[in-house]
This record gives sequence, C-alpha cells and structure tokens, in this order.
Amino acid sequence: MKSSPAFQNGVVKWIDDRLPVFTFMNHELNEYPTPKNLNYWWNFGSLAGFVLVLMIATGITLAMHYTAHVDHAFNSVERIMRDVNFGWLIRFLHMNGASFFFIVVYIHIFRGLYYGSYKAPRELLWMLGVVILLLMMATAFMGYVLPWGQMSFWGATVITNLFSAIPLVGESIVTWLWGGFSVDNPTLNRFYALHYLLPFVIVGVVVLHIVALHTHGSGNPLGIDTKGPQDSIPFHPYYTVKDLFGLGVFLIVFCLFVFFAPDYLGHPDNYIPADPLVTPPHIVPEWYFLPFYAILRAVPDKLGGVLLMFGAIAVLFLLPWLDRSPVRSARFRPIYRIFFWLLLIDCIILGVVGANPPEGWWIVVGQITTVWYFAHFLIILPLLGKLERPKPLPASISEPVLRGGSATAGATSKPMEKA
Amino acid sequence: MRRSLSLTARFGAALLGVALLAAPGTGRAAEEAPTPPDLDWSFEGIFGHFDRAQLQRGFIVYNEVCASCHSMSLMYYRNLLDIGVSEAAATEIAEQHTVMDGPDDNGDMFERPARLSDPFAAPFPNEQAARAAQGGALPPDLSLLNKARAGGADYVHGVLVGYEEPPADVELPAGMYWNAYFPGHQIAMPPPLSDGAVEYPDGTEATVEQMARDVTAFLQFAAEPRQEERKRTGVKVVLFLIVLTGLLYAVKRKIWADVH
Repeated sequence: MKSSPAFQNGVVKWIDDRLPVFTFMNHELNEYPTPKNLNYWWNFGSLAGFVLVLMIATGITLAMHYTAHVDHAFNSVERIMRDVNFGWLIRFLHMNGASFFFIVVYIHIFRGLYYGSYKAPRELLWMLGVVILLLMMATAFMGYVLPWGQMSFWGATVITNLFSAIPLVGESIVTWLWGGFSVDNPTLNRFYALHYLLPFVIVGVVVLHIVALHTHGSGNPLGIDTKGPQDSIPFHPYYTVKDLFGLGVFLIVFCLFVFFAPDYLGHPDNYIPADPLVTPPHIVPEWYFLPFYAILRAVPDKLGGVLLMFGAIAVLFLLPWLDRSPVRSARFRPIYRIFFWLLLIDCIILGVVGANPPEGWWIVVGQITTVWYFAHFLIILPLLGKLERPKPLPASISEPVLRGGSATAGATSKPMEKA
Repeated sequence: MRRSLSLTARFGAALLGVALLAAPGTGRAAEEAPTPPDLDWSFEGIFGHFDRAQLQRGFIVYNEVCASCHSMSLMYYRNLLDIGVSEAAATEIAEQHTVMDGPDDNGDMFERPARLSDPFAAPFPNEQAARAAQGGALPPDLSLLNKARAGGADYVHGVLVGYEEPPADVELPAGMYWNAYFPGHQIAMPPPLSDGAVEYPDGTEATVEQMARDVTAFLQFAAEPRQEERKRTGVKVVLFLIVLTGLLYAVKRKIWADVH
C-alpha cells in the first residue's frame, strides 16, 4: 500500500531512503484518503489537537515564571500578569485555553455520539478518546489548583476528599494524596509536577488515537463505509484548508474571550489568595466539571455519589457495546436522534444544577437528570438497538449525488455550502 | 442542507448556552443583596480605556483615605508612571513613605524612604497588627479587589456609596455598619468617604460619589494594569483574524470547487 512518492529534493530523498519520515508524513497527512462528505463537525478533532499544542506552549512558558510554593504561587501568577512581557497574554491564553479545550472536546464527543463514531471498527479509537478526556480532567483540575486562590484551595480540598469515601482505606489514601494532613505545600508541589507531566501523556494517547483513526479512516455523516476511490479525497489540500478555515473561526471566538472577557469563565474568588481558615460561601468547580459535580451531589451518600460520577465516564467506555444498532449515523435513526438531543439537553441541565447550591428544587432536578443520563446509556440505547427501524441507507457516499439527488441528497451534496 | 444547518445552529446554541449559563458563578445567587447600580465606566467594552486624570484622582483617594487601613501589595510606586504621574512626582510620593530595608553591613535593619521600585507601603506590619487595630476585622488587600468580587467595579462603587441607616427592626452589633450592597449588609468598615475628604489638585469637587468613582477606577487599574494594552491588542488581533479567516474561506471554496 505504502508507495514511496518520488521526492524531488536530493536531501529529502537521501533521508527518506534511510528513515522514511517523509513517506510517512506524505501518506498520513497528504494523500491520506478521507471521505469527501465530512461536514464542519469533523473540524473539532484537529481543533482539539491545536488547543493541546497551544496549552503546552503557553504552559511551558508560564512554568518559567511560576513558583510552586504556597507562599509565592499566587503572587508569582500576578507577577506574570503585571511584569512579565506579554505575561497577561500567555496566562489568559492558557486559562481560557483550558475552557475552550473542553468546549472543543465536548463538541467532538457529541459529534461522535450523533454520528455513531464509536461503532465497529472504531471502538478502540473511541475508548482512547475517553482516556484522553479523563486525562484532560485530571490535568485541568490540578492546573486550577496552581494559582493558589480560594477556589484553587477549596476545590482541591473538596475533590481530593472524595477519595475518603472509599471504604477502609479512604482516609489513608487522602493523606497519601495530600502528602500531609491537609491540602498544603506538598500537595501544590505534586500537583504542579503532575500538571506538567500529564499533557505529555495526553500527547502519547493522542498519537494512539490518530493511529487508530488512520487505520480505518474517518467516519462520515452518512455512517457508511467508503466504497471506492470515488468516495474519498486526499486529506491535503481539501481538509487541510477546511481545518484551517475552521481554526480561523475558532480563533476569532477564542480571542474575543482572551482579550475582552478573560475572566468571564472563571470565578472571582480565585483572585483571593488561598486561606485555609476561610471557606468560600459556595465552592464550585470550573464550568466544564459542573455536570459531573451535579451527578456527584445527586445522591445523599458520599460513596454513592463518587461511584456515580466515575460511572458517568465509565458508561462512555462501554458505549460501543451498549448501542447495538448496526446503523451508525443518527441521520438514519429517527428515534435515536430524538434521544440524542434529549441527552444533550440533559447534560446542559446537569451543568446548571451543578452551578447552583444543592437546595430545594435543584436537588430534584439534579436527581431526575442524573437518572436520565444513565438511563440513556444503560436502558434506552440497548432497547433502541432492538426496537428502532432505521431508514434505508444509501448504497455509497457518491451514489445519491450521481443519481441527481434522492431523499438523502441533502446529506451528501456540497459540504462547502454548509458554511 | 437546510436540516443540517438548523441542526448545526441548535447544537451550537445549546453548547454556547451551557457555557454562558453555567459559568459566571451562578452559585452566588443565594446571597441576597440588591444589585449595585450599573454605571458607565470608561474602561468597559471592547474599546475601553482609562481616564488618566480620574486614575490620578483615584490614587489620591486611595493614598489619603483607604491606605490608612488597606494594603495594596501588588502595586509598585513605579506603576504610577502608567497612570500619567511624572517620574519626579511619583518619586516624591514614594519618598513620603518609609519602608524597612536591610540588613546593612552591620547586620542591622534600617528604615529608608520608599523608592519607585518598592511596592506600596502597607499600613500594618502584619495581619495580626491589622486585625488588632480594627477590632478583629482584617481590611482586605486592595490589589485585586475589583476582580475578586462578583460585580467588579459596580459592586465596589456600590459598597463605597451604599451606607445607610439600618432598617428599624435590625440591631447592629457594636462596630458594625449597614451597607445596602455588602453581602449580609453588615460591614465592619466605617463609611470611608465624606464630602471633601480629599482635595483634588485639578479642582474637581470631592463629593462622595466623585471620590467613589475615582477610587474604583483606580482599583480597576490596579487589579489588572495591562488591561488597556490587552484590549488594544485584542482589537488588532481579531481584525487580523477576521481578514485571515475570510481569505481562508475563499481559498477553501476555490479548492473544493472541483469536488462537486
């Protein structure tokens, strides 16, 4: 399969003959055959890759100026904001980059849910993605602790305390995590070390994610396999330019936050230095954890809440085997499509519940939406696989176009008009 | 195509909704305090900028009123140059304060006048001294106040002008005051401003409202001294990105033209 392209440049040829990096890049990034009908929801994978690189670049720069010590961490961040050249920009890119990383990845995940991207033969691709999500959550949580503001400190206290729910050894585990008997300097130091380490672990899993992706190629909005060369186009220049255009749109939105509302997604309490003696009135995690926070608080039992919260991610691992419908794309699954939107709404309500104190009606709403979340994956999807009658699938990606438009013409014709 | 568009719109709107609804500390809604008046500040908005004269007046209020109890540890006298104070004047302001330095060659600590490179001198040597002088209450450091309070500048201004007689059915503990906008209404800080508390060299009348606005603007500057630079840079960056993205879209259409 891997035909060596004829390189013009003599040096390139010499190197490639001994170490075929250029052949590899040509194969994976240039001629890599991609379905020709991908819509703009397929942009978010490469966008996530871009944000990861941005986070590592800004993060390494921040690390050059940051001091991981309880007495200096808060002020060292402010020093970056005030006195380091363009420190404010680097810090705000990193801080908002975390939020936008989650926005991009959540869209990427819901795209996968809508178009059935997790189904055979892409189960491992999907599961590696869930691993990346878990690593991102750990990284983001520990990164939020580093500025050592009030929410950093109390967020760290609340979340690490969750492990005390483990029977018998819970308390010992928490002491071990803290490196002491409360969140203190050893905690900050190890979180810093891990916050620096985990992004590179993410890079490693992303490489596996891409290897798995390139084994069977991208899915597509029709959810059917490519049937021949007429169904695909080379990645370059078609998808490189499409991804670049999407990146431009993303950067505009991102920069509006970075430059004009950099603290909008944060919490004012984190501009107060950490004080172990003063508890903030409401401890709330960053917005991207709010749905999970709501699930955590949905049951009055601590251990139960922790198990549910981790269960919310665990069901994603099982998803390829919970959804037994042979049809991938929700476009041909009229009932699944409704439940997809209900799940999205459910997750948004969970987020709102997580932002509010667990009082009155919020408790009930949180419990209903939590039940719905799990019911979607554990009851509805397995049943739908048996009961739903999917619409007929087109024979190939090109076919509806060649026939001059059928019921599904809208799905395949002219992806560029969707801009 | 149309269905896919509306799908796109719904998905996008929903996700945007989750970000906007859930983000800005909605958890604070539980504390009931009336919303402080929404003022027009020159530093608000995409083209926001500081009124240098106002910042200088605000510094006078801070220096002569607030600084007797509140520290501002992240601000340096050199930062005064950024609000339009001349180097000579800023040096003179610094020299009015004494700071502890040392140890000298004999190992002794000594006092000297502050320099431009020194942080604003703190009114108390440590937290305990501050608490002891205030009957147990700690006046917060003001460096980041506008960013550390929900409501930002509007809230800070609201508290400064929000002192009122307590309602008839409320009995305040000794040393507490009633404030319309402070969470819980009971505040240990005595009303800091009174008409004519400072004298403005530019002839502006020093009313409570005027001083509250000026010092709030100064606190806004102190909370993020680079925010003007940030917004100015942002306008250029976003304009550039819009042009670039437009060009990329044109290239994209041209390249994709032969696929269909």
